[in-house]
Amino acid sequence: MNEEKKASIFTHLLVYLSLFLFVMPFLWMILASFKTQEQILNTSALLSFTPNFDNYVNVFTQYAFMDFIVNSFIVALGSTLLGLLLGLPAAYAIAKYKQQGMGLLILVARIVPGISFLIPWFIIFSKLEMIDTYTSLILSHMLVTMPFIIWVMIPFFEGLPHELEESARVDGCTTTGAFLRILLPISWPGIITASILAFIFSWNNFMFSLILAGEKTKTLPIAIFNFLSYSEINWGGLMAASVIITLPVLVIALVAQRYIIAGLTGGAVKG
Amino acid sequence: MTNWIERNIKWIYTMPAVLFVGIMMVFPVGYTLWLSFHDWDMSNVSPPLWVGLDNYLTLFQDEVFTQALWLTFYFTIVAVVIETVLGILLALLMNQHIVGKGLVKTLFLLPMVATPVAVGLVWILIYEPNIGIANIFLQAIGIAPQEWLASPEMVMPSLIVIDVWEWTPMIALIVLAGLVSLPKDPYEAAIVDGANRLQTFWNITLPLLKPTIYSAVLLRLIDALKTFDIIYATTQGGPGTSSQTLNIYGYVLGFQYFKIGQASALLMIFFAIVLGLSVLVIAVRKKAGVSM
Repeated sequence: MNEEKKASIFTHLLVYLSLFLFVMPFLWMILASFKTQEQILNTSALLSFTPNFDNYVNVFTQYAFMDFIVNSFIVALGSTLLGLLLGLPAAYAIAKYKQQGMGLLILVARIVPGISFLIPWFIIFSKLEMIDTYTSLILSHMLVTMPFIIWVMIPFFEGLPHELEESARVDGCTTTGAFLRILLPISWPGIITASILAFIFSWNNFMFSLILAGEKTKTLPIAIFNFLSYSEINWGGLMAASVIITLPVLVIALVAQRYIIAGLTGGAVKG
Repeated sequence: MTNWIERNIKWIYTMPAVLFVGIMMVFPVGYTLWLSFHDWDMSNVSPPLWVGLDNYLTLFQDEVFTQALWLTFYFTIVAVVIETVLGILLALLMNQHIVGKGLVKTLFLLPMVATPVAVGLVWILIYEPNIGIANIFLQAIGIAPQEWLASPEMVMPSLIVIDVWEWTPMIALIVLAGLVSLPKDPYEAAIVDGANRLQTFWNITLPLLKPTIYSAVLLRLIDALKTFDIIYATTQGGPGTSSQTLNIYGYVLGFQYFKIGQASALLMIFFAIVLGLSVLVIAVRKKAGVSM
């Protein structure tokens, strides 16, 4: 065997081994979700067990898990759509008119620690009797989704050819007309990237929902976190719940990996 | 009317977003600053009482605060250094010809997009001293079992492992994207000059990649300072206060002890640290000629 082939086999081994390490917690989560409590507590039989779906059934029958899923979905969808509504025109104007001050403000919104707003939000939303409402949750999550959408879309709009817009203007379009009819339709790769990640960020959000969600609007991360406070941890149920909350994100990641990599690594490679 | 809209279009397009950020971010930060000069327990009966700089002075004499400050930097620096080194190595490996590279890249995405709270719960199970796979593994290779998250000494390293697991792939993917876009010419010249692999990496790849690595590290640094979900979901700052970073201590002070003034003072200090560091970082980047 020649040197090059040996090196290639070695590289493959290393890559697949590290891949295994990074995927292992997910395998562990899925494995445990199909075990009974006894099987989890008995460490002598790690892999030899008969899988059962009881944990999944229990999660839906013993807790209002469907409600939590719906809550998470409403908040994530709402904060993504409203984030797009405010963010897309802003990103476009910042890119087109080189409004660097505005761009900086958005950057600051992405950098500032979210915990700095928690106390005022709690006080203000309490006064307005808006704790435990979709409105307060969506508004808070929008502070994550909107700056992110703008941040992804500014370089995207900057990269579009000027001729497109000029020809639209020659045809008698207003700026808004050109924006809606010409620029947005050709910007869908950027919009998909921004929306997918914005949705995931909101779906995953824990800190804001921790203080603003209540019994009526409890989102999935809060619901599974509350499972921890029971005296004896029901591991199987906990893992089944974790699989359910992670699954949509994993499916999105598998289907749209190209867009996600672009969004997460965007801006960093340009220089 | 149409003319007026056309003339002011750049303000009309940005105003809703700017107003939103103003109401939801600028005003709350101002409010927190105001609260940080007051003593208040969030009750409706007694209003906030002006105490000047007392809350800040109390914090600087508070050992838990000093510890939180130290833990925050310790967590951030150790985690980001490990992530950077491992991330670059992983990117170099991935830059070779790999069978099934697309799928491998996708699977590497999972740790960073998965819900942190769910991920935290899985790690609680992994670290569980009696039934967790971490100790099963240690015993298999003949090392004494550990208490992991339950031990005051081990809790920070254990949390750093989770962070490294979660974010190394991001550094790797960014660096990989950088590697792919490198020019080919310098390498051909190096081969002609008879440079070996290590020399090529050290003298060509690393200098060319510097802006990319720099950007990835900075992004990570700012985010690592603000780590909340993983820590709160797994330890809530415990055992005792041994994993209470600034973020967690601020939350505990505000929403468990209702010491609103003191919590606000802490949050302002934290805010200043994160913002100060970011400004520094952006300034250095500009000087280095890297665009954001």
